[in-house]
Amino acid sequence: MNALNFPILSLLVAVPLLAAVACLFVRAESARWIALAATLIDFALGVILWLNYDIGGAQWQFVESVPLFGRFAWALGIDGIALLLIILSVFLMPICILASWEAIEKRVPEYMAAFLLMEALMIGVFAAQDLFLFYIFFEAGLIPMYLIIGIWGGANRIYASYKFFLYTLLGSVLMLIAMLWMARTAGTTDIPTLMAYDFPPQAQTWLFLAFFASFAVKMPMWPVHTWLPDAHVQAPTAGSVILAGVLLKMGGYGFIRFSLPMFPEASAQLVWLVFGLSMVAVVYTSLVALVQNDMKKLIAYSSVAHMAFVTIGLFAFNRQGIEGAMLVMLAHGLVSGALFLCVGVVYDRMHTREIDRYGGLSNNMPKYALLFMFFTMASVGLPGTANFVGEFLALVGAYEADSWVAAVATTGIILGAAYMLWLYRRIAFGEAKTAEAKAMIDLSPREMICLVPIALATLWMGVYPESFIAPMRQDVGALLARIERARPEGDAQLALGKVPTAPAAHAHGGAH
Amino acid sequence: MTESILFSLPEAILSVSALLLLLAGAWGGDQRTGLISIASITALVVAAFAAANPGLHGSAFHGLYVSDAFSAFAKVLIYAAAAISILIAPRFFAREAALRAEYPVLILLSAIGMGMMVSAEDLLTLYVGLELQSLAAYVLASFMRRDQRSAEAGLKYFVLGALASGILLYGISLLYGFTGTTLFADIAKAASDGLSTGELFGLVFVLAGLAFKISAVPFHMWTPDVYEGAPTPVTAFFASAPKVAAMGLLVRVSVEALGPASTSWQQIMIFSALASTILGGVAAIGQTNIKRLLAYSSINNIGFALFGLAAATPEGVSATMTYMAVYIVMTLGSFLCVLQMRGADGEPVETIASLSGLSRTRPALAAAFAVFMFSLAGIPPLFGFWPKFLVFDALVGVGLWPLAMVGIATSVIGAFYYLKIVKTMYFDEPAPAFAPAESQIERGLIAASALAVSPLGYLAIPFLAATSAAAARALF
Repeated sequence: MNALNFPILSLLVAVPLLAAVACLFVRAESARWIALAATLIDFALGVILWLNYDIGGAQWQFVESVPLFGRFAWALGIDGIALLLIILSVFLMPICILASWEAIEKRVPEYMAAFLLMEALMIGVFAAQDLFLFYIFFEAGLIPMYLIIGIWGGANRIYASYKFFLYTLLGSVLMLIAMLWMARTAGTTDIPTLMAYDFPPQAQTWLFLAFFASFAVKMPMWPVHTWLPDAHVQAPTAGSVILAGVLLKMGGYGFIRFSLPMFPEASAQLVWLVFGLSMVAVVYTSLVALVQNDMKKLIAYSSVAHMAFVTIGLFAFNRQGIEGAMLVMLAHGLVSGALFLCVGVVYDRMHTREIDRYGGLSNNMPKYALLFMFFTMASVGLPGTANFVGEFLALVGAYEADSWVAAVATTGIILGAAYMLWLYRRIAFGEAKTAEAKAMIDLSPREMICLVPIALATLWMGVYPESFIAPMRQDVGALLARIERARPEGDAQLALGKVPTAPAAHAHGGAH
Repeated sequence: MTESILFSLPEAILSVSALLLLLAGAWGGDQRTGLISIASITALVVAAFAAANPGLHGSAFHGLYVSDAFSAFAKVLIYAAAAISILIAPRFFAREAALRAEYPVLILLSAIGMGMMVSAEDLLTLYVGLELQSLAAYVLASFMRRDQRSAEAGLKYFVLGALASGILLYGISLLYGFTGTTLFADIAKAASDGLSTGELFGLVFVLAGLAFKISAVPFHMWTPDVYEGAPTPVTAFFASAPKVAAMGLLVRVSVEALGPASTSWQQIMIFSALASTILGGVAAIGQTNIKRLLAYSSINNIGFALFGLAAATPEGVSATMTYMAVYIVMTLGSFLCVLQMRGADGEPVETIASLSGLSRTRPALAAAFAVFMFSLAGIPPLFGFWPKFLVFDALVGVGLWPLAMVGIATSVIGAFYYLKIVKTMYFDEPAPAFAPAESQIERGLIAASALAVSPLGYLAIPFLAATSAAAARALF
């Protein structure tokens, strides 16, 4: 079965699932502890998974397959790309539980159950090796997220929950029809087989668009991003962390796993569409972020801009672009998750997200100001943090594909610096705008436990990204070999050889 | 002759039981209702086993009646739904002291009619079965005689049902007139060299009459009124068993009698399916009464089931029958939840607003209701997703993927109002709590159906696929 002799991926899915059921039958305090224990066990399993992952070994590892459902199978297995996203999920989950420890007071057992269910489904999405199993995990996430936003969200939560649910549902159902067609044409539902199957190019365009409808909404790409600010603003803090940290990655993962390898010709043909939307997103949403007066909304719009880097990198059709896109996803998962936690910290104290009500927090909350500063810088893409590596690589890749796209995308980094630094100035520097802001106390140990590990991980990824690039190098190579035949001619005729990407990132530190 | 009776053993068992129990009711009075109910349920269970036994399959009464894998599949569903409708009645009627010994007997009679419908090999068997089912149903709709709404529902159902029967009968007479036969197999032979105008008219009228019975748009108007007015256990019955029977009948007529003319009726099915999913979705949005909402939900779901038939392939038929199997579990589950909606004094409450905050007053009930709602909306991982998957797969299989795209997009409209129920139960502030559940049977049934449509249901896929495929093969 695998190197571990037990079905670790099924276990990763089962632990939170069972814990979710258990949570429903106990009181609030026990539910918190069950949830924390389950997520920590899952994190430990994730670490075991990473340590036992054989870099450079078989493309699909920890494979398990039981033909349980007749038409499709319980088939799990991961490559390096899925591994990293699973690690991100299991890393963020215990932090989410801790972040909701005190902030959530009502209906705690249900809340914890919804989160654990979410975790099981997210891991399922990244580990599924069967087309329809993937779809079921992918769609099932709507239910717990709908409840999380709707029950524990802010004032306008009901509108936001509907919008989130219906938007993403409409995108996904079209993908289902495309999947049905693919399964019939290729005669299999096995994802690795489908990734090597050549669909006729005319059909590819339609299939690509159907998948695009789903992934673009999940991602989200402009102009179907509008559910995101609403959902983010209304969701509880931990809900935002999971949305930004992991759920958005499902879109990017979908592009890597499905759109590119299964429809290379269509991807190449529609590169203009992806680039066009991404360019608009980078500039437009950055400008929108600049004028926000709500902290969460600002970070939500910045997420849309960051995700545009992901799509630009992915559709650059080269190694730098795709590895960069993956790193941006991981880095964004950490950093925007942490930023939402930072907003949550002050929101728990003052119950407002209005930027104008804060100010001067560096005086009375030095630890908070330091960590918030760190994550602001990381979000801007300061060298030494995770985002820098990812964005730089994605831009290098984009430049090779199309220098105009690279140029427009780079303005997004400048704008990003503008809105993030301005946000930080208004919150942490100057005089406190209100007496409550002045009286706020610094981070509690629990909050430190939430934020510090993310900061360390961000640094790790920024200083030594090789740890994160190594597991996916071979898989990106396989993807590149698959899409090479369709690669559009880039306008920059660079004579790039097979240069290892990580050192290149360090050598060009001045790009920001 | 003995062979014929052997093949129609389920109907024979039920007929004899119904007559005996009617006598028992007449002599024993209403205080014997409990015993009569138990006897009726036993008869239904025995009949279900007889129907499912492959040894008793064959053509009977000179080709007027057939017992095959298809009728077995449908009959098991019908008898199960009928048995549950008897099981859930006592507590509802107890308040009005309105449960009479006739209730289980009427359901039995209706079940005989439904069994005839799905076994019909001849237009007249079809008509007789349908009328037997309908006449029992009209009485059931107005079962609470002193309740104005119930009486009104019965009358409405009767008038519109009679109209539909007339349309159907007219279609049958046209088909008979132009083909010279009422046997399905002979009609198919006559239709194999193209339909004459007269036959085409006959086909349209027959399908219109049957569309009324499954409440597909544009013949759905009676559904919300009758569902709302009829006593809730009766509504649960209407929404489940007769729907399976009428759908089975529609499938059999379409495939066996009109199979060669499939291109003609495919368009009708496509229109009706799309119109049902859209109207069932849009019209439900403004509803404030839960039973009316579930009526539109059943219109919506029938539309999806019709998509399978629109494919006109064995795969499509098997998808439609799977759809009906899962649908009756979801719909009976939903109505069981509605039965639990009782005010402090035990009076039935039907407004959606009264469900507010149910997740806090009755968490288990709310969870079960939410499972049914998400399942009816077809959201994975709940099992309601699977039949939708199958019908669209069947459409894609015959190259109708643009239709599948439009069809599945309409499911998003439906999702909106199912979400509204979940929102009311989970997001809103609690309304006055319902009276506590007393019936262990109802509680057990809710739990069982919720488990069946939960992700555990996926484990039943191999079994459902095998039986529904066998059922479909019997027709082609």
